[in-house]
Amino acid sequence: MKDQFEAVIGLEVHCQLLTESKAFSGDKASFQSEPNQYIDPLSLGHPGTLPVYNEHAVKLTLKMGLATHSTINERSIFARKHYFYPDLPKGYQISQYEQPICTGGYIEITEGGDPANTRRIRLIRIHVEEDAGRSIHDAESESSLLDYNRSGVPLIEIVTEPDLRTPQEAQITMRTIRQLVRYLDICDGNMQEGSLRCDANISIRPTGSSELRQKTEIKNLNSFRFLERALTYEINRQVSLLQKRQPVAAETRLWDEEAGETRSMRSKEEAHDYRYFPDPDLPPLLVSESLLRTVKTQMTSLPAERVAKYTSDWGLSIHDSEVLTAERDVADYFEDCVSHLIVDGKYPVEQIAKSVANFLMTHVLRTLKGEDARNEEFVVDSARFSQLIELRLGDRISSTAAVSIFEQMLISADAPVTIAEDRALFQIRDTAKISHVVDEVLMQHSDRVATYRAGKVGLIGFFMGQVMAKYPGSPDPKIVRALLEQKLGSNT
Amino acid sequence: MHGATYAEARCALENGETSCEALVSSFLDRIEKKNPELNAFLRVDAEASLDRARTLDEERAHGNYRELTGMVVGVKDVICRKDHLLTCGSRMLSEFKSLYTATAIERLEQAGAIMIGATNCDEFAMGSSNELSHFGPVANPHDPSRVPGGSSGGSAAAVASGLCHTALGTDTGGSIRQPAAFCGVVGLKPTYGRVSRYGLVAYASSFDCIGPFANGIKDAFRVLRVISGADPRDATSANAEPPKDSDPDGSSLSGLRVGLPQEFLDEGLDENIRGAVTQTANTLQSMGAEVIDVSLPMTEYGIAAYYVLVTAEASSNLARYDGVRYGFRAEAASLREMYEASRSGGFGAEVKRRIMLGTYVLSAGYYESYYERAQRVRRLIWNDFDQAFSKVDVLLTPTTPTTAFKLGEKMDDPLQMYLSDVYTVTANLAGIPAISIPTRTDKAGLPVGIQLLAPAFEEGRLLRVGGAIENATSD
Repeated sequence: MKDQFEAVIGLEVHCQLLTESKAFSGDKASFQSEPNQYIDPLSLGHPGTLPVYNEHAVKLTLKMGLATHSTINERSIFARKHYFYPDLPKGYQISQYEQPICTGGYIEITEGGDPANTRRIRLIRIHVEEDAGRSIHDAESESSLLDYNRSGVPLIEIVTEPDLRTPQEAQITMRTIRQLVRYLDICDGNMQEGSLRCDANISIRPTGSSELRQKTEIKNLNSFRFLERALTYEINRQVSLLQKRQPVAAETRLWDEEAGETRSMRSKEEAHDYRYFPDPDLPPLLVSESLLRTVKTQMTSLPAERVAKYTSDWGLSIHDSEVLTAERDVADYFEDCVSHLIVDGKYPVEQIAKSVANFLMTHVLRTLKGEDARNEEFVVDSARFSQLIELRLGDRISSTAAVSIFEQMLISADAPVTIAEDRALFQIRDTAKISHVVDEVLMQHSDRVATYRAGKVGLIGFFMGQVMAKYPGSPDPKIVRALLEQKLGSNT
Repeated sequence: MHGATYAEARCALENGETSCEALVSSFLDRIEKKNPELNAFLRVDAEASLDRARTLDEERAHGNYRELTGMVVGVKDVICRKDHLLTCGSRMLSEFKSLYTATAIERLEQAGAIMIGATNCDEFAMGSSNELSHFGPVANPHDPSRVPGGSSGGSAAAVASGLCHTALGTDTGGSIRQPAAFCGVVGLKPTYGRVSRYGLVAYASSFDCIGPFANGIKDAFRVLRVISGADPRDATSANAEPPKDSDPDGSSLSGLRVGLPQEFLDEGLDENIRGAVTQTANTLQSMGAEVIDVSLPMTEYGIAAYYVLVTAEASSNLARYDGVRYGFRAEAASLREMYEASRSGGFGAEVKRRIMLGTYVLSAGYYESYYERAQRVRRLIWNDFDQAFSKVDVLLTPTTPTTAFKLGEKMDDPLQMYLSDVYTVTANLAGIPAISIPTRTDKAGLPVGIQLLAPAFEEGRLLRVGGAIENATSD
């Protein structure tokens, strides 16, 4: 069955933009507070109010357009999309219809971290629009409560071509979009709270065919898991309809996570006639060359670009580079550390990058609170962390000492040098003193010295351990080893 | 009529012959006497106006005068004033209070004007006779059996019968100029975008304009200068230099070219009004102007394009009155029934007719043949004016095809009612400024108005030519 049919999937992704104020009013854009705190007359659709577009929202949309190689339209039109619902105060949503701000473009997705599996998912459009309020249906009192905090908050809608073939690909595309919007700092990407939402349309066709058959639209896919599960369910449902020679109905379906199925929400006959027309309150949106230039200068470099730099300029593996670039905060932190350390040119950049990357991945990432840690909230800033790495690069502390210094740095603001001094963690290089301890150890364990000399050279580890334990402070293990080898060898 | 212009009142104030308080009191007295018959004012803010007058008098005591100190203004009840009722002449909003103040009102208050009350109008500014107000019709001050015109009938009647110095109206297809002509006052529709629409309850957003009614062209321009200018709260407002206060008295009109569009002088036109236009043209010619016949061939499509586009926008703008958050709500068992009952019960027949029409022309499958086609006609009408204004400086036309008609005369025939806008809608389609100026009265004693039109943002020409006409008429 799997080989016989293939799925044709397209996504419509809504991202709530991180703006201070709403899309068309000065009202604060914050929907995580008590209900109905940010509801100026415009958010409530009061008579006589007028929308004025939020330039910041436009800039954020342009960022996404540039990041996805889209055509930025110099002139785009706001349109009114009409439908009646209590959480839509004006009876229409201000959106874009015939002339959106961005058209075309693509997103690159990579399956399984293998660059050989990179695919381009084409975009139809990206447009900017306003969100509706939120309805809360209270079954007990049989009433509905309305919260208009979200009413008018700016969104972008990203619409892909039906280029996706599997639920897995859809999920990776969604993850890639999430990573992009978080990198660009245009959306917090929080799917649980609905700041990133997704609808999918899907149809089935015989594998290898290029026709487009009747599709259904699935709404309410607010997690990667839901997206994948809903699509898998829907593929199976449509395939079995096809096998029974029953038609797929044109309809909008809703994913029910508890039941693990999609359910019909409304048929095509019940579909809204949105009666789009250009919003007469808003003149065409003109994107000037200078605005576009400003936005370009504010763009951060994107994950793919960074992975390329890490691997080719800094000698990191693809795997390490992808771990480090998964979140922009981590990548920024990593790059900050590297640039702190390459300033004086003491160490080759590959060595610096490797050292920072290893320590970051082994010890730092797990102390950050998952994906949501923001650079500025992390107690060990990149400058202080670089000081620690510099001690390691100069071999002034052991790797074990580095870990314990780092742990101390998490709870105190002290410089790593201070911590190393206070705890006597600097490696000791005084060969004469170390030599003295080595002699003591060899004397104490003369029997083992004999065994070693008889050929059991593995015992060197034992002697190392004895010396390190006996010595107050941290002798440089390289010196200890050299002395041991010299002394054990010379007496043969 | 009462005859008191603000220009005269201003002199009296500055000469110490009167006070703001005295002015307000005298208007309040007249309102009390005349309004029961006229129904021009829906509400009067007596106490607040007197308080405000006293404050302004204190300023005057220190020699401080603002641009409009002591001007008493009536406000059409579709313009927001914070904490005041805003009924729009509709049952839907009969108990609704606005949470904020319109930019135009803010600017008037800043300039020392006194808002004395809210004037009656057709429901949501849809109508040409003021008979479509939920709060009853307004009578024409010249003949109470006749309509004052609409939709700003209350404002026109109030100014005509001396219940205030000036009044604000709104003009979407003639709603200032037509009642101004019917009531014998000056009515000015500015260039679209000249005056902020922030706080004006939208009827058709790409047409709506706030403008003044006044007894005299100078008063009208005094108001215009104050209320005009860009507003960050209205993305369609324009940053244009307001027309200068050039004194038109006695100035020659030599070099001025006045166009007479032939399409505005067809058979449907009342002979008295044709006479007024001809007479005005002769007057202007005698003052040195050159009068030229011009053609605006698309005029005949004006009404059709206008009613497609304004109803489309109205159906959208009035979607918000759903009974959910404010306004009239009918109790019902389900959400859908609540919507239906609230909108059916809250809106009057004409508003519902226009919402239905507009919904139809925006519907899938009809959009291209109605809305889009009407937009193309709008563009052609704009081109017509552009062509005409390459040959002439202003256009002279009748304001209306007839003088004020009888109450009830056109109530059963919406099409006849729509046709009373035939000479006014094209200015709104093109977004250009136009003014109606009273000239003479007909045999029945009813006022006859003529209309002047100018290119966008050239209100200064209306002031110059209108001033000349006004001087000639008052002689």
